[in-house]
Amino acid sequence: MGFEDLNAISMQYMDVLKELGNIGAGNATTALAQMLQCKVDMKVPQVKLLAFNEVGATMGGEEQIMVGIYLMVEGDITGSIMFLQRLESAKHLVSMLMGTEETGGTDFSDMELSALKEIGNIITASYLNSLSTITQLRIMPSIPDICIDMASAILSVPAIEFGAIGDNILLIQTQFTDDIELDGYFVLIPDLESYEKIMSSLGM
Amino acid sequence: MNKIIKVGMAELDICKSPDGISTLGLGSCVGVVLRDPGTKIGGMVHVMLPDSTKIRNSENIAKFADTGIHALIQKMIDAGANRNALVAKIAGGAQMFNFQNKLAVIRVGDRNIEACKEVLHAEKIPILAEDTGENYGRTVVFFPEDGKFIIRAVGKEEIFI
Repeated sequence: MGFEDLNAISMQYMDVLKELGNIGAGNATTALAQMLQCKVDMKVPQVKLLAFNEVGATMGGEEQIMVGIYLMVEGDITGSIMFLQRLESAKHLVSMLMGTEETGGTDFSDMELSALKEIGNIITASYLNSLSTITQLRIMPSIPDICIDMASAILSVPAIEFGAIGDNILLIQTQFTDDIELDGYFVLIPDLESYEKIMSSLGM
Repeated sequence: MNKIIKVGMAELDICKSPDGISTLGLGSCVGVVLRDPGTKIGGMVHVMLPDSTKIRNSENIAKFADTGIHALIQKMIDAGANRNALVAKIAGGAQMFNFQNKLAVIRVGDRNIEACKEVLHAEKIPILAEDTGENYGRTVVFFPEDGKFIIRAVGKEEIFI
């Protein structure tokens, strides 16, 4: 299957993403529970294909402050992935991980920032591992970079990458619950060539 | 009673005083506003990518610096603005992540700013002010009444240019 336009994306590909979301979130749940030493449950991930102007609203408003963790992907496929979560859930996660009091405001200490990057690393790696396992492709993430800002501003980065091929953006929404409340969004952006590789490795 | 018209990512629109026009959370995109001081007609385009000719799928004209600014100029002329009196202000084009990476797409903020300036220069529209680059998102509101361009960012004082 050639991939030239996200608007013409196949239902098959949406199903692949949904399955990927399921397995990835499952792996991430286990990893989070181990790291945080608490019970973590997950809801069935939602895969959404959204127009650019709908993306901000989906996350609670364009100006909702989010923490975005962004990684480059190399290996058999190339592209980038991003994991987004609300500021409040990031604050909550960090305090659980480090055993400290939750703080207000938008600031994080250097220690907290690196803890957040580590969480982002673990969650994105869980997804990439499941992608790698089902496609048998070699996938290597770069070190993560972090940004705390308005949802629309952070999302402009993946949106611009999608912008080169269409007017939509693909999001996998994952909710972790139980002892933690974490509403996370996951954006996977393989380049054109990599889309074809992913699909053909799955025999589509 | 003035209202604020909202422009989303890769969209454009115009307004007339006393109304204002706004876009929320500009990141690496660039918000270009135009104003005719005589008729007090204003407009904004939310540019995502620098060049429509480099992209295969380019139907959405508001997405690109070249086609977006041209379409905005035309829309303002159609509404009665004086083409030769137009002035511009620009904001946005931030680099949200610090990747020291080879991928040109990471520097897309800078490329968007440059492209918008080039198009405005070619159209002989003076750029009166700008608040561009850096590494943070911006919410912007523009009032064609006096040309005031308000810029808000997380954890920063509101400014206007």
